[in-house]
Amino acid sequence: MTKKIKNLNLNFGPQHPAAHGVLRLILELDGEVVEKADPHIGLLHRGTEKLIENKTYMQAVPYFDRLDYVAPMNQEHAFALAVEKILKIDVPIRAQYIRVIFCEIGRILSHILNVTTQALDVGALTPSLWGFEERETLMTFYERASGSRLHANYFRAGGVHQDLPKDLEEDIAKFCETFPKIINDLESLLTDNRIFKQRNVDIGVVTKEDALEYSFSGVMIRGSGIPWDLRKSQPYDCYESLDFKIPVGKNGDCYDRYLCRIEEMKESVSIIKQCLAKMEKGPIKSLDGKISPPPKAEIKQSMEALIHHFKLFTEGYRVPKDEIYTAVEAPKGEFGVYLISDGSSKPYKCKIRAPGFSHLQSMDYLIKGHMLADVPAVLGSLDIVFGEVDR
Amino acid sequence: MKSLEDLEKKINSELTTKINKTEIKHNQIYIETDKEDIIDVSIFLKTNQDTKFRQLIDITVVDYPEQNQRFELIYLFLSHEFNQRLIVKYSITENEVIPSLTSIFPSANWMEREVFDMYGVSFKDHPDLRRILTDYGFEGHPLRKDFPLTGHSEVRYSEDQKKVISEPVKLEQNYRNFDYESPWEGTKYIKEEIEHNDKKN
Repeated sequence: MTKKIKNLNLNFGPQHPAAHGVLRLILELDGEVVEKADPHIGLLHRGTEKLIENKTYMQAVPYFDRLDYVAPMNQEHAFALAVEKILKIDVPIRAQYIRVIFCEIGRILSHILNVTTQALDVGALTPSLWGFEERETLMTFYERASGSRLHANYFRAGGVHQDLPKDLEEDIAKFCETFPKIINDLESLLTDNRIFKQRNVDIGVVTKEDALEYSFSGVMIRGSGIPWDLRKSQPYDCYESLDFKIPVGKNGDCYDRYLCRIEEMKESVSIIKQCLAKMEKGPIKSLDGKISPPPKAEIKQSMEALIHHFKLFTEGYRVPKDEIYTAVEAPKGEFGVYLISDGSSKPYKCKIRAPGFSHLQSMDYLIKGHMLADVPAVLGSLDIVFGEVDR
Repeated sequence: MKSLEDLEKKINSELTTKINKTEIKHNQIYIETDKEDIIDVSIFLKTNQDTKFRQLIDITVVDYPEQNQRFELIYLFLSHEFNQRLIVKYSITENEVIPSLTSIFPSANWMEREVFDMYGVSFKDHPDLRRILTDYGFEGHPLRKDFPLTGHSEVRYSEDQKKVISEPVKLEQNYRNFDYESPWEGTKYIKEEIEHNDKKN
């Protein structure tokens, strides 16, 4: 007697706790083995690029917070750098240090979330409880600098919006002293944990070749053993003057990527410490009155400042005709902005290159032949956030 | 190639007729080519020992509705080995079908789907050309300049029909786009730009 066996189609998401957002994944299963995965994305598509085309350069910044909402300021950085390069303006050194500090805080924020939720997906609850406490502290730093825990809108072309408030530097320095212990605690729960290793070692292996073919960047490419980090290879702001290491994986599996993230957090702490030590008092945004708004007090006294203020917040500054691609090493990989300006005060086009987009694309390649239970593990180690995938 | 200048020379000498224009700015090299040559150019860039642009970073389109060749395709490449970025461009008219890069770079798959979704540019030999970011059953191509910012339809849950329905957009107030004609001089470089443009006209 012959029996006909049909593959089972399983709909994973769009509302699934392990889908890390609104991902609809259509899985074709042969028993418990995944034959094919077809991710359906776009459920969080808000038309960011279209909106930016209709806003002035200063109004475009908040949209970048809403892309990868786990590490908002890293995105703003890419846009600010693109505009600065076209305008050919210099950023004061203090502003560069502030931006790097907050980018590294963003990296820690993102990596904590990723490492702990990945642990959650494979069955460990405690790390997320410990990790989220630290995220809360870090988001308070965001709030004290920018007034907002998540959607900071803090970076500007030419610097940052305002100077750090009193005592913030000391508090960040204190955090840098206590945080490494928390990383060690997390590691003691996960790194040698038998179950965590069984679920992650040799799962979702990416070879060096394929990491290049599939346009991987960030931890996804470093986990496979390619030492590539834009902070080192194409340094921006003051990264050149800082001393840090690039952790690289060996096997390219989920476990190696987890280890890379843990090491990167330690490096970020060291970067923040160096910045705090080197930072001096000084201006925090470009001194060009045609680009940076004047201080509030000056508006009451100076006619010129009043005019500048009015023009900057109605028309906005004009950016000469040019086009440029600028990329930063966001926590998830290479985040790029392809900006085309046409001489007006609004971008003609602003294409956002999100790392998660190309990472998620490879889902089919990564998961083929794995078990259904490995789907959350692989998805977790891809580190995707739908704000940036869908844009 | 060590420097961008060498790379520019190399590309011009190897690909000669396939390259219309090269330019170096912002520490990146910009190349203009033709629709027919994009496959050859990208194979060369990817495989040649002196270029090794192994990664396709992104594909995008710019819409210039007033131009005859309306869409400008933009391909961003990255060479890890030489730490260089390269941008390839070419223009097409509205209904042209262009070759797909999926056979050379697997990552082009979703990027081309996005371009198709957002601009309505079709690709030949693409394995799975579906919409990607917009909703199932969406009509139009949102990033075209003639697509309104508010869109054409909005969705809501209808209590009568007990399902989500799509209706034409009704706005209490139209989108207001202020045109600030500026008597303001602006900084020096813009002044130069304006004078330069005036001379041209």
